[in-house]
Amino acid sequence: MSSDIITMVHGSGGSATSELIESIFEKNFDNDTLSEMEDSAVVEGAPRFAVTTDSFVVKPLFFQGGDIGRLSICGTVNDLLMRGAVPKYITCGMILEEGASIDNLRRITESMAETAKEAGVEIVAGDTKVIEGNGGIIINTAGVGFVDEKLDIASGNARPGDKIIVSGNIGEHHAAILASRLGIETDIKSDCAPLVKIVHNLIAHRIRIHVLRDVTRGGLATVLKEIAGACGNNFMIKEELLPVTSMVKEFCGLLGLDPLYMGNEGKLVAIVHPEDEEAALDIIRHSTYGQDAVCIGEVVSGGDSASGNDRTSGNDCTSSKDHTSGSVILETLIGGRRELDVLQGEGLPRIC
Amino acid sequence: MNVEQIKEKLINYDGPEVNIMEVCGSHTGAIAKNGIPDLLSKKINLISGPGCPVCVTPSSYIDRLIDLAVNEGKVIVTFGDLLRVPGSTKTLSQAKGEGADVRMIYSPMDILKPAMEEPEKEFIFAAIGFETTTPVYALLLEEIIDNDLSNVKLLTAIKTMPEVIDYLCRQKTIVNAFLAPGHVSVIIGSNVYIPLATKYNIPFGVAGFEAEEILEAICGIVTEQDGGSVRNYYVKVVTEKGNETATGIIEKYFEKGDAVWRGMGNVPDSGRYIRPEYERYDAGSRFLDNDVKKNKACCCDKVLLGVMRPNECPLFGKVCSPLNPQGACMVSTEGSCFSYYSYGR
Repeated sequence: MSSDIITMVHGSGGSATSELIESIFEKNFDNDTLSEMEDSAVVEGAPRFAVTTDSFVVKPLFFQGGDIGRLSICGTVNDLLMRGAVPKYITCGMILEEGASIDNLRRITESMAETAKEAGVEIVAGDTKVIEGNGGIIINTAGVGFVDEKLDIASGNARPGDKIIVSGNIGEHHAAILASRLGIETDIKSDCAPLVKIVHNLIAHRIRIHVLRDVTRGGLATVLKEIAGACGNNFMIKEELLPVTSMVKEFCGLLGLDPLYMGNEGKLVAIVHPEDEEAALDIIRHSTYGQDAVCIGEVVSGGDSASGNDRTSGNDCTSSKDHTSGSVILETLIGGRRELDVLQGEGLPRIC
Repeated sequence: MNVEQIKEKLINYDGPEVNIMEVCGSHTGAIAKNGIPDLLSKKINLISGPGCPVCVTPSSYIDRLIDLAVNEGKVIVTFGDLLRVPGSTKTLSQAKGEGADVRMIYSPMDILKPAMEEPEKEFIFAAIGFETTTPVYALLLEEIIDNDLSNVKLLTAIKTMPEVIDYLCRQKTIVNAFLAPGHVSVIIGSNVYIPLATKYNIPFGVAGFEAEEILEAICGIVTEQDGGSVRNYYVKVVTEKGNETATGIIEKYFEKGDAVWRGMGNVPDSGRYIRPEYERYDAGSRFLDNDVKKNKACCCDKVLLGVMRPNECPLFGKVCSPLNPQGACMVSTEGSCFSYYSYGR
């Protein structure tokens, strides 16, 4: 490459763009479909498939445990997996700000290629744009995965009695990003990972999976509340069972954050038939990235009304005996109960 | 008594009704987070008081910050919670969206680096808080002076606890006991509550922030303490006299003065201001007395005084929510309304 940084000419569509694409993207994403360099990729299909898209704007671009490239593949792959799909194809849209380091771009692209290989997906189409700015890099990925016709995995499927399993320790990605932004030295690493093995092993062993969701922005509490709302049942979970490392606990204590509301990029919630709880836990624990899986609670029948979020009803706000349907109730360590809502605001640190 | 015995006592309590106010925002957060109301008999009520610094900051303070940023081109440096607090017309977050230079930091000392690196800009630090954070602001002033930085000023809204508790007790309130603030007491000591306890014949219990510590203090207050007594349940960090080094540095840089609390009005002697000899570091903190409600029906004032529960406010959960707060109590994670809303307390 004739330059160390991205300039507007790299987005011109002319020779500089071609040079960038060939030397970085084509070289790393190497596959037959992409190498055709046509206006669109033509790929093999399936009777039923899942489609998703996600954009990645994380700063810093490189953090403990990962980088924006690995994240951009994991995010989309995991979204496909959560409907029981086998991820197949990914597209990649790169939006580069003027001044972005070409060396960083190369490292990010290598990381994307490596993660795609790990997840078993091909990056079959791409686009590059250059915009004015300060050297930032933004990535959009879209993905397609094939879904077995008999599978029906969706948030609305959670039934009373089902067990709620989390595939590992929560809050790690969020804590790692925050630590690097704040310049706090810690050993906390992002858990950013493709969860292909966990999901495929569960499906291969015919575990009756009713719901799968990856625990990303908003954290475990937000995800559970969304599922509870979709299925109309209540979730009872126990604080003592929540998987959080002592490092993340201490980090959260320091900044006044709640691990329940901190995002992950390599953890999922699986809600399964009660008879399959032990088998599912065993399978997840023996799959890559699932060794710390635990069951945190169960689904119970929805409450007395279907009104959902009406917080103004009743005068006795301190009672937790009668919850409306779609509630997530946490039994605290001390034995009290608290209802979990979706994340409100930005999860900012406290001030005193 | 162990925790199980304390829990047993609290759930079965059948004496006179006790309305305990927790005046510290961190207590409000901890009570909600641990689901403590669920462990108490119906005769023990916990009421959140004016202990969240963000919640009690009047609208004119926010307006002044916005004015400094928008009209005078200053860089505003603040803790995140303050960004979404409504001023009389807009929030700092909105001003930021319109182009004002508003930066969020996590420690007051973080302002020193950008101030040194960008000497052409003037930085204003939004210094709000109670006795707990005041020594840090004093240390910040000392650093600013030691480093001879002429481009950093503080816009202060510093408040003190004993004076506002005194004010509360003079109002018509149902509160008949106080869970005294643990962090604040580390600085000012537990003895400061003795005159208040005696004057109003109300018990004070200084509590820590773990669930067990809060339960122990509540249990002591309702089953053992007499009106007029002060007991320190947080002996591992709170002493009778407090931290004299911290109070010393506060005295060096700050003096007492009247202060306006959001929704409550002027509370005599309940504020701290930079002393006149250091006024060149003050961005105009005195006389920010105007307090305009964004929504006339907002009951934050009554909530802060403990005469109304958050969910009794007509706006609660309808037009007022953490995403669209009408009053400051719905903004901060330590605010009473936020706590009720988010934890279903």
